[in-house]
Amino acid sequence: MLYNEPSPLEVRVLSRRFGLPNSASIDTYLATDGYKALRKALEMKPEEIIEEVKTSNLRGRGGAGFSTGMKWSFVPRTSPKPKYIVVNADESEPVTCKDRVLIENDPHQLIEGMLIAALAADAHAGYIYIRGEYRYLIDILDTAIAEAYQHGYLGKNILGTSFSFDAYTHTGAGAYECGEESALLESLEGKRGIPRIRPPFPAVVGAFQCPTVLNNVETYCAAPAIIRDGGAAFAALGVPKAGGTKLTCLTGHVNKPGVYELPLGFSVDKMINEVGGGIRGGKKLKAFIPGGSSCPVLTAAECEGLTMDYDAMAKRKTMLGSGGVVIMDEDTCMVKVALRIMRFYAHESCGWCIPCREGTSWLRKTLVRFHDGMGQRDDIGLIGDLAKNMLGRTFCPLGDAAALPTISIVEKWAAEFEAHLNGRPCPYENVSQLVMA
Amino acid sequence: MTFSPELEAKFDKLLKSYPPGRQRAAMVPMLLFAQDEVGSVTRELVDEVAKRVGVQALQVDEVITYYSMLHRKPLGKHHVQICTNISCLLTGGEELWKHACAKLGIGHKEVTPDGRISLEEVECIGACSWAPALQVNYDFHHQVTPEKLDQLLDRLRKLT
Repeated sequence: MLYNEPSPLEVRVLSRRFGLPNSASIDTYLATDGYKALRKALEMKPEEIIEEVKTSNLRGRGGAGFSTGMKWSFVPRTSPKPKYIVVNADESEPVTCKDRVLIENDPHQLIEGMLIAALAADAHAGYIYIRGEYRYLIDILDTAIAEAYQHGYLGKNILGTSFSFDAYTHTGAGAYECGEESALLESLEGKRGIPRIRPPFPAVVGAFQCPTVLNNVETYCAAPAIIRDGGAAFAALGVPKAGGTKLTCLTGHVNKPGVYELPLGFSVDKMINEVGGGIRGGKKLKAFIPGGSSCPVLTAAECEGLTMDYDAMAKRKTMLGSGGVVIMDEDTCMVKVALRIMRFYAHESCGWCIPCREGTSWLRKTLVRFHDGMGQRDDIGLIGDLAKNMLGRTFCPLGDAAALPTISIVEKWAAEFEAHLNGRPCPYENVSQLVMA
Repeated sequence: MTFSPELEAKFDKLLKSYPPGRQRAAMVPMLLFAQDEVGSVTRELVDEVAKRVGVQALQVDEVITYYSMLHRKPLGKHHVQICTNISCLLTGGEELWKHACAKLGIGHKEVTPDGRISLEEVECIGACSWAPALQVNYDFHHQVTPEKLDQLLDRLRKLT
């Protein structure tokens, strides 16, 4: 089911079946072009599939934004080892809730995407790694997988060809870290989700030490449309170097929060004011997070003329990330935001790399002290220094994810930190965040 | 250790899902599914899972400490998990959390004396666009207000 009204400004490619009766069933899927792309892909060479995906300018939707076609081409197809397809449905980046709706409303689209990737990589088994909190999605996917077997889209000799493929669901059990690809693979193997040193990358040494295609749910879900309608048509929906649409999770102080499918390059202003219905209570924008809590935070001024795409975000020294947008109004305490973000990363740091383990917990303590009005002037600089010393010094990006928003907040909103000095209470202490209906 | 036939069927399926010699991969799903039936990860359960996936009990123990959803002590029959991460914080998640603690007289990871309800302040549960959100066991509750929370907690207290 859908949890928010769709917007007329959406371009619905991946979400085209959302809202249809029984949208998760194979009957609905087949009645709406389902598994057509698979039939087409079965007649294509692996190189042709990869070429089509490259043409689409599809970039990884989990956060890194790497070219999907390139990633698929790195898998050594001729290796004698088995190859695997792994779906990252850990969706643990705060502010991200799009993979949930993709799986809930259209699980067969994901399965078809996995099959297309499997044909490109010569893989015969795939695992969908789902975060433990999404238990109901495991049931939905297990049902969809069973339907696909019954209809001959999974299993041996798919649609009478020599191609065979098995799909399995696998549950996590609560760990942000397992959304990082190498930690996810460790976790999939029944271990603590500690990141692996790279290279080798998962394309060469991935699941069970074999070559692996590992992508986000949304990335796989784009594959059927790309093969069915052509890579060029998908590319044309977006901007140069970033094709297609992006499921955007609009959250925070907007009137109409929700998950919306918007073309790459969509205006931030239009997204907030037209798709999102403007800021709650007619207030002004103070801060903006474009793609999950690990992105550097932007000021309202930096959002002017900004568009939702990878390169435009990079120019503003932030990231499109996972598409988790946070809108913060003028009554938001940025010290508290920095503290809440750091509390999360300190909790989730796996402890493997010292700069991250020690850095996140010291930053959390310093920010708690600050928010409680016991901060010292020198701490303002110390927060930035500590965070900068974490950058690039860890095996996985969790250290960077903790450092980047912190650095941006303490640099851009230093005045708010000053306002908390000398035992002064938080200026926003009495602002209730509850929606008063 | 004996489990329900449904859980045994899940275990069988899991142990066949991974490549030969890689049955250890089934460990975390087995622990989580079993925890839902047993109530917590008991010593006996650790030994049983270790035996079934072919590792030492210690190797299961070291994995358990990593995952926040696996716990050694039983939770309440209804485990109320309130998210206070950024999107929920901005829509009142922290106020809901304080409200629930005050109403139930318990704190983070504590259980009411009757064993009925437990509370946990959780990190992002993936309901950010419909914040503030919480989960009761695996069920999502979106756009929660203090009134809705009161009604929910009252209902959970009476539910058998």
